[in-house]
This record gives sequence, C-alpha cells and structure tokens, in this order.
Amino acid sequence: MSFRRFVALLGSIVGATLIVIVAFLALYAWPAVRLNGFAFLTDNNWNLGSLYANPITVHGQQIMPGAHYGILFLIVGTLLSTMIALLIAVPVGVGAAMFLAEGVSPMIRTWISLFVELLAAIPSVVYGLWGYVVVIPFLGHHLFPFLVEHLGFIPFFGGAAGSGYGLLTCGFVLALMIVPLITATLRDALVSQAASLHEGALALGASRFEAQWGVLLPAVRRVLIGSSILATGRALGETMAVLMISGNALNYLPSNIYAPISTMASFIVSQLDSALTDPTGMAVRSLAEVALVLCVISIIVNGFARLLLYYEGRQSAGVM
Amino acid sequence: MGLTAAASPASLQAANGVRLRRRFFDYLGWFLTVLAFLLLGSAMVWILVVVFLRGLHALNLTVITQITSGYGGGLLNAIEGTLILALGGIILAVPPGLAAGIYLAEFDSGYLAPAIRFLADVLVGVPSIVIGYFGYVTMVAGLGWNFSVAAGSIALAIISLPYICRTSEMALRQVPRSLREAGYALGAGDRKVVLGICVPAALPAILTGVLLALAISVGETAPLLYTAGWSNYLWTGHLIKEPVGYLTYAIWAFITEPFSSAHALAYAAALFVTLFVLVISVLSRLVLDENAGWRRRHQG
Repeated sequence: MSFRRFVALLGSIVGATLIVIVAFLALYAWPAVRLNGFAFLTDNNWNLGSLYANPITVHGQQIMPGAHYGILFLIVGTLLSTMIALLIAVPVGVGAAMFLAEGVSPMIRTWISLFVELLAAIPSVVYGLWGYVVVIPFLGHHLFPFLVEHLGFIPFFGGAAGSGYGLLTCGFVLALMIVPLITATLRDALVSQAASLHEGALALGASRFEAQWGVLLPAVRRVLIGSSILATGRALGETMAVLMISGNALNYLPSNIYAPISTMASFIVSQLDSALTDPTGMAVRSLAEVALVLCVISIIVNGFARLLLYYEGRQSAGVM
Repeated sequence: MGLTAAASPASLQAANGVRLRRRFFDYLGWFLTVLAFLLLGSAMVWILVVVFLRGLHALNLTVITQITSGYGGGLLNAIEGTLILALGGIILAVPPGLAAGIYLAEFDSGYLAPAIRFLADVLVGVPSIVIGYFGYVTMVAGLGWNFSVAAGSIALAIISLPYICRTSEMALRQVPRSLREAGYALGAGDRKVVLGICVPAALPAILTGVLLALAISVGETAPLLYTAGWSNYLWTGHLIKEPVGYLTYAIWAFITEPFSSAHALAYAAALFVTLFVLVISVLSRLVLDENAGWRRRHQG
C-alpha cells in the first residue's frame, strides 16, 4: 500500500468518528424515536412512569405504565440560556476585540490578549465550581433582588428573585465561557485586515475609533457572524457548568429570567442514574434521543458556521 | 478659502456641533471597549483568585499521597486516573489524528481531504456529553466493558482527534515548500519526504497541538462521567470492567457535599486541573508564537 493511501485510510478515522457517533446514537435511540414521535419535542412532560408496575406494550414497545417522554422544557432552557449568553457575549466580545486590536500597543497586545483568551482554556467544571461557590450567592442575595426591585417593571425581570440558580446565572457564566472564542477570532481578523483599509479611513478624516467601527468592523462582519455561531454551538452543548448552576428544573418552563432551568446537555448527566432504574430501558433510549437531538443541532450550527468561515477565508485569500 | 471666509456663524456652529458629537462618540466608544475588556479581565482574575486561594488553602501532603476515603483522604487515585485516562486518550488519538493532519496538509486534492477537514471541524463542536453518552451506549453498556479505563480513554481520544488533526495540518503547512521540493529532487518518495523532512521540521508545533489536546483531556468531565465512572482506589491495571477516579469528578461531586473535608478535596482538585491547563496553554502559545515569528523572519 502506498504511503499516501495508508495516511488517507488512517486519517479517515477522524472523519468517520462523527458519522459513527451519529449512526450509533440514532440506532440506539430508534425505538424511543418511534415511540415518542414528534411530541418528544413539543410535550413538556418527562415522566419515567410507575417503576413498580409491570411493563405495558405501546406501539409495539415495552414501557412502564404512565411513562412519557417530552423535553420541551429542555429545549426552552437550552435556547433561552444560549440566547442570554449571546446577548451578553457578542457586544462584550466585539468591544474587547476592538480594544485589543487597536487600543493597545502591539508590544503588550499578545500578553493581555492571552490573559482574557485563557478564559477559554479554563475547564467547564471549574466554571461550575466558581459559579456554585461565589457567583450564585452573590447573584441570589444581592444582584437578583436588586434587579427585581428596580427593573421589575420590565417583562420577565419581575417576580420571584429565586435563589441564584437559574436562567440568568447560566447566561452570565455561559457568556464568559464563549466570549474568548468571539474575541480571539475577531481580534485576529481585525489585525490582519489590509493596512490600506485602516489608512484610507484615517486619510478621509476618520478618527481611530471611527475607522475601527465604521470601516474595519463591517469588513470582518462575516467573521463575527461565523465566530458567534461557533460560540452558540459551544453554549448549546455546555454541560458541567450548567449542571452546577442551573437548578436542574424538571418539567418546568421558566416564568422569569431568575427561574431554574435545565438544558439538554446537563439533563443527560443529571438523569442517567434514574433512567437506569427503568427495567424496560426506554428511559435510557429516550436520553439517547436527547443526545441525538443535541448532536444534530450542534452539527447543523457548527457546519453552517464552518462553511461561512471557509467561504470568508477563500474570499479574503482571493482579494489579497 | 473663500468658502470658509463666507461661512455664516450658523454653519460654523453646526460644524462645531458635529465635531463635538464626533469627539463624544469617540470617547464613548473607547470607554465601552475598555469596559468590555475590563469585564473579561476582572472575571478572569476573580476565577483565578477563588481557585488559587482556596486551592492552596486546601493543599497538604495527604492530598497527593493518600487515596480518597469517604469524603476525606487524598486525591492520589484521582491524580493517577486523570494521567492514565489523558495519556491513554492521547496515545489512541495521535496516530489517526497525525495521519489525518498529514493527509490534509500534504495530499490536499480530491474530495476526501475537504470532507475530513469539515467533519473534524464539526466534531470539535459536538458537545462532550454527547461523546460521553455515545461511549456509554456503545462501550460501557453495548460491549459490556462497564466503567473502565478503556471506555474513558476512547471517549477522550475522540475529543482529542480533531484538535490533533487540525494543529498538525497547520504545523505542516508552515513547512516551506522548498524543503519538500529538495526532498523529491533527491529522489525521496512521499513517505521519506513527509516522515523524514516535513514532520521533523514541524515537530515543535505538532507536539504543541498534542499538549493542547492533553490539557483539554485533563479538563474534561462530561465524557468521563459515564465511561470511566469513579473509584476510591488506585488502578490495578485492568483495561475494562474496572472504574477509575479522575480529578474533575472530584471537583463536581465533592463541592456539593456538606462536609468541609470534601470541599477541600474539590478545591485542591480544581487547583491541580486549572494550573495544569493554564501552564500548558501559555507554554503552547509561546511555542506557536515563536514558531510563527521564526517563519516570518526567515521567509520575509
């Protein structure tokens, strides 16, 4: 076998892994997919049924009586926490990238960029620890009651301030975890734009900020969109930090931004132990369906972002 | 000249207003960008202070010499398990990852290379819990391996694969074309040129990618929860059917217990993991920057 073919064969494992993961999850979850149908995504009721009764047969599948698998609350929790994280992360990420690209001298840029970009290196479970130990008491005792009192007139800002576990806390911590992705990519793109763009703007009388905001930032908008979508993908699948600070709500739709939630990723961790007590195995298969849905969503989100960034790379390569 | 002289006081005033407004937005803009940066910087400092202060406070000799017993004892079993799982994952991931990197960088033609690159980039984004659950379904339950070193290492290998693949590709692409041409001109084949010339030339950057994958593996929790399990004891050498402890589990499981001895273990574990990950991240950044700088200087 030629070396080239050998490398191709061995390297194909990397690509094949993704296909194998999706295939095996789909295969394992298939009985649950058939049993749950489309209502899996639209029903707000995850119930293992009566675990002490004898299994009954529904649609040719053995399940426990009263068992029902619907994950609307997970979809809502995942989407809302990701949305809040993005609302915080995109403006902060853009601001920090502009500051790092133009506001500091190149001499120290590397170092202070590294400092904030290391936020991406900190493990998820350490964010969870930090959130659990210091952020939740702070938010629950101080910030959330303050927000309820002073901003309570805004829809979803009023009501019970809760204990600190919940939607907004997840949004905060997720935002911190995904901001470095946006900042690092955008800073690189801003710095590597052709100098003529920047100089042209300055020659027309723009100030340095106006050149950044009005000329360079629009030039890298596709990079911003692409990196924001990648960041979305990361927030959608974040597990440990969310598990430790979300409150792990079950069958509960949040009524305000302080309410406890649960996300698809953290639900898989928090529910596998109890799902294993189901003698028919349908609960474990339904959890596999949750994993499958999450996997498919992340493939769509990441695939779209990658294609966008490839296209951008090819375009800018063509221009230069 | 004439125009300026003829300008009415009203238009002068308007021009002044525009100038003031522009200056105001300039200051406001820079203020907001600085604020955004300070927000990130202070969060980073806050996290580091919490982890390091509490971690150092919890540190003593027992932590690294004793195994866990109940909610106390030490973390020797977890430290050992983390190293075994992470190294196992790297050993499994390097051959296919490096091969894919070589293929993408050296033989980038046809449809296979773009397909592998795209799948690898999407695989990076697949949530780690999905990979953990895949491992549970196929290896732990399906093959009957139970919680084990093998299942945990394979899960970590899947996570490392795309990183090793893409960093090796980048590293190999930095190798000047002339080196390859010289090799082929001297009559070397593909294998000689790639393994004898390109890989050695790109080795520092490739190793950096491997180290980064190691750091990511050490920091992972979700893919291990239902593949490696947890054990209070040292590993006895069985690849399957023997659960193994690891540091990130200790962080998650022990911080929610009501005992201060458990909290101390969680903080110590967080200190180890964070320190390891940060040191490797900074080092790899230095190596990669140095590398890029070297290329820039030598290629003009």
